Amino acid sequence: MSLILTEEQEMLQDAANGFLTENAPVAAFREVRDSKNPDGFCRDLWKEMADMGWAGIIVDEEFGGSEFGYVGAGVLAEQMGRNLTASPFFSTSVLGATAVQRYGTAKQKEQHLGSICDGSTLFALAVDEGPRHRPEHIEFAATPHGNGYKLSGAKTFVADGHVADKLIIAARTSGEANDPSGITLFLVDADAEEIDRTHTPMIDSRNAANIKVDGLEVTGDDILGEVDKGYEALEGILSAGRAVLGAEMSGSSQQAFAITTDYLKEREQFGQKIGSFQGLQHRAAHLATEIEMTKSAVLKSLQLLDDDFESASATCSMAKAKSGMTAQLSTQEAIQMHGGIGVTDEYDVGLYFKRVHVAQQMFGDAGFHADRLAKRSGY
Amino acid sequence: MSDLEQFRAETRAWLAENCPEEMRDGDITAENQCWGGRQWEFQSDAQKRWFEAALAKGYTVPTWPKEYGGAGLSADEAKILTEERDRINARKPLSNFGISMLGPALLAFGTHEQKLMHLGAIARGEIRWCQGYSEPGAGSDLASLKTKCEDKGDHWLINGQKIWTSNADISDWIFCLVRTDFDAPKHKGITFILIDMASEGISVKPIILISGHSPFCETFFDDVKVPKAYGDDNLSIVGEVNRGWDVAKNLLVHERGMLGTMSPLRGATGPENLGGYAAGEIGVDATGRLDDPSLRQKIAQAEIDDWAYNLTVERLNDEANAGNGLGAKSSMLKYAASELTKKGSQLRMDIGGTDAATIGPDGIEYGSLANTWLYNRAYSILGGTTEVQLNIISKRVLELPSA
Repeated sequence: MSLILTEEQEMLQDAANGFLTENAPVAAFREVRDSKNPDGFCRDLWKEMADMGWAGIIVDEEFGGSEFGYVGAGVLAEQMGRNLTASPFFSTSVLGATAVQRYGTAKQKEQHLGSICDGSTLFALAVDEGPRHRPEHIEFAATPHGNGYKLSGAKTFVADGHVADKLIIAARTSGEANDPSGITLFLVDADAEEIDRTHTPMIDSRNAANIKVDGLEVTGDDILGEVDKGYEALEGILSAGRAVLGAEMSGSSQQAFAITTDYLKEREQFGQKIGSFQGLQHRAAHLATEIEMTKSAVLKSLQLLDDDFESASATCSMAKAKSGMTAQLSTQEAIQMHGGIGVTDEYDVGLYFKRVHVAQQMFGDAGFHADRLAKRSGY
Repeated sequence: MSDLEQFRAETRAWLAENCPEEMRDGDITAENQCWGGRQWEFQSDAQKRWFEAALAKGYTVPTWPKEYGGAGLSADEAKILTEERDRINARKPLSNFGISMLGPALLAFGTHEQKLMHLGAIARGEIRWCQGYSEPGAGSDLASLKTKCEDKGDHWLINGQKIWTSNADISDWIFCLVRTDFDAPKHKGITFILIDMASEGISVKPIILISGHSPFCETFFDDVKVPKAYGDDNLSIVGEVNRGWDVAKNLLVHERGMLGTMSPLRGATGPENLGGYAAGEIGVDATGRLDDPSLRQKIAQAEIDDWAYNLTVERLNDEANAGNGLGAKSSMLKYAASELTKKGSQLRMDIGGTDAATIGPDGIEYGSLANTWLYNRAYSILGGTTEVQLNIISKRVLELPSA
């Protein structure tokens, strides 16, 4: 398979670029932020995205999706990363849709995929229990109760958890805190009485929630995938998330860099364009190279998710690492090369810097994934 | 079955039949590759048989037109051939600078007669070429070169010195940049010329590097007479007089493309799994992991960079085949590859600690870790330094303003 977009995927890219720069540019993101919109995104915009088939981008046509696969999802995420578009796309259409479509029962698919595609139901994934991503460290308890379980515990940084209608919770049904086996995924209503959600606005002006659950009774129907084997499903969902976050960060890297090279060509000091200074040129050229490397890594991971989902985990991990490093460098350099105005709120580069930082933390930063690669490769 | 599927099946069958088992070690180093040339002696019977089989099929230079000794493969077919060759880990039957550098430039700029003479001899492994570009006073600023080439009516007269001519001492011909006009702006007075190394007045002196060894030489031209033509419509110069820079630039792109080989972190001789190798050398901790967390993190980050680099070679090739030329992006590959090459041997030296820094009584052993590590420092200098590549990226890819 060629490591380039197909004609169809290119058309999707053009359409996404056109729509987002028109309807959801950075200015729109600022509006959401400054109006302190409690949702953290614009519901009308989300409806429009759903109408274009974006909400169901990875969902099979038989369930009302547009079946564009993960490359399609990545193409959209890249453009969203360019425009800093805030929407439930990632939590619902990537994480939620992957969870239900790949690990759900026929009944769960029937019940949820349609409402993911039309944008009416929002999902959130509750996995982490501390400030650093550690997906196998799960203490959140699911204790047998009658024919089902009783859920109790706390989750942190549940992205879009404050607006979600459904929560996917990784809970421990057996084993110890760091044991990958013994984890089970539950799909529950987010507005249950036993669930207490604390809205946690993040530095990137996206929103998340800390969640406390106290004795929520669930049945076997609420289990997503297999009991005690939830880590494999979680790994699949996280892999998809990592690749798509990689695509988003790749888009943010590219746009922050484009803004910066434009500035280098226009800003004058010492009587000349600052872009003529070799001290800046070489850093820009290095960054341009890293951005090219990142595009390849991200596309490969997305293609592999479509081709052979089960084997994509390591590749998605590496793509997340590479894109995270590049995005961090790109946004740091964007601020530095802009000088004083780079640290003002008025200029957009700081917004990219903040978003990329949170995206790095989400589902493991570059160091986390490098360590995973080492472990997997026997060192 | 589509034509390409058919081609794949045929290629697979042909390789199975013709590539000797000994040539399926994928182990191409400067030491064991088949270079060809007047002085060439095959290192094994298998190497000879593999070369001859490939030659008969046009597979020493698969993408070149048939009339010039190639097989005339399309880009898609050539990709399949490479994939199938890699699948059985086969060596290239013939590799040298004629194939990777001069050939593409001649295909672009040469006349039919020039191509017949030179490309044919390259394809058949008869002539080994070296490159006469750099001079003691013209390194990164290559266009300031001063080797003088005077028009003497029926011949050119050349005086001057080249440096860093790889394998000049064992090459048959040299493609050279010489100055034919000292008054014109520096890029406009350079000519690209093809010279037989057996010509009177050429002398060669090997250069010893910090690695203790080197393929590099200094090449001196002392009243060297070069015929104006080697036959009808077959001049000794390529392109036009004083327009050699155009040819040189084209060739540098190919040189960078060639330097952008796969898995630079590993190189030709490094371990497949650098971290696993480190664990073997250094030992593991109680949890079975490499007993050096800082090296572990460095190695893994480098492996990720190497992986992304390989994919980028693949992606840019696919884009080029789809019609978007590689252009100045080849500088990105050259830059990334040479930095990764250095990083790979640096990591191996770090893993080896003082053991790797110990040399034998006869000095630095050829092919040793230290030898590779020292030689690899040259990667970000030769073929255009890292800084020159960054300049090119700034100017041609990013279009940043000039000072």
